[in-house]
Amino acid sequence: MQRIDVLRAICPDIQEDAVITIMGAVAAELYSCGHQKNFFYLQHAMGLASSMGLGVALARPDKRVVVLDGDGSLLMNLGTLSTLAWYAPSNMIHIVFDNQSLLSVGGFPTATSAKSDLSGIAEKSGIRHTATTRTIEEFLTAWREARASKELSFIVAKVDAVGPKTFLMDLPLLENRFQFQRWLKGAE
Amino acid sequence: MSIIALRRCTIPRMPVSIQNSRIIFDALKRSEIKIVSALPETWLVHLINMADEDPDMKLVRITREEEAIGISAGAHLAGVRSALLMQNHGFLAAINPIVSLAFLYKIPLLMLISYRGHMGERDPWQTQGGRLTEPVLKALDIPYDHLTNPADVGRQVMEAQTLAESALTPVALLLSRQLMWEA
Repeated sequence: MQRIDVLRAICPDIQEDAVITIMGAVAAELYSCGHQKNFFYLQHAMGLASSMGLGVALARPDKRVVVLDGDGSLLMNLGTLSTLAWYAPSNMIHIVFDNQSLLSVGGFPTATSAKSDLSGIAEKSGIRHTATTRTIEEFLTAWREARASKELSFIVAKVDAVGPKTFLMDLPLLENRFQFQRWLKGAE
Repeated sequence: MSIIALRRCTIPRMPVSIQNSRIIFDALKRSEIKIVSALPETWLVHLINMADEDPDMKLVRITREEEAIGISAGAHLAGVRSALLMQNHGFLAAINPIVSLAFLYKIPLLMLISYRGHMGERDPWQTQGGRLTEPVLKALDIPYDHLTNPADVGRQVMEAQTLAESALTPVALLLSRQLMWEA
């Protein structure tokens, strides 16, 4: 499964959602699908996209929050899974693109290339809806279930360790930040 | 014992000031703080219980202070005021996201930091962090203030919140032994 195919498939569904991505390939590929004001690209602070998602989800229970995470980032903040499970925001879907490597910084393997199972960790942390998906069909089934369930969901998409040709995005960080804030406020 | 009673933490023989904790908490309320992220620490026990028991306050019990920077960033962008309760060692643990999220994206943070390891500290393990807290705050150019006199606390909390939002920056309030500890 390719990350870009997942992103293209879900893009029509997330037009009205608050979307928070990690840096690197996920950000660049989502951006390449067509930037929207409801997309926030966390271009550093690895591991905290899901914590930001929790903050948005608690502050705005009327908005659906979609976090696009990666295995390397999530492994830097595994505690987030127990915090998410505890507060279980019903308006949040946490997707992890697991390419079993730190692709953007040389492709070194992560622990998911050995034995670590992120959806297993999420499940045992107490998140009720978890899935590991290996094909686009499996992913979209889990995605539709997550959107229908109205409960916190956690989906691992096992993807190939390939990324975009460039990570460059024509979007200054602060422009993205204020645009996203204004979109959440409903002014844009 | 009910779940509520189990979750409520009381520490006998540790004279943390309930009265001054209440003054701080009331100032957070007047500052329209709606979300408090916290990791327990002795001096913060009453503040955490007050946040937990207030129906208009959402207490988020985190596993590590870095999470709180992300939660507050998300809440700010979504239009809700939040505060962080942490020990100074928790502040030291959160420096990377303070730099690479709060500074980078101009996110206001109201950090209430128990200032352990300073004059009067009996726990040897607190003392290194106590010596380094202010030098690190200064190195990061984070505006900070000491909370010592109960009569000034309400105003200091609200003014810290005002500066955080006008300057879009993290600010720190150091909770002193004089304020928090009645021994």
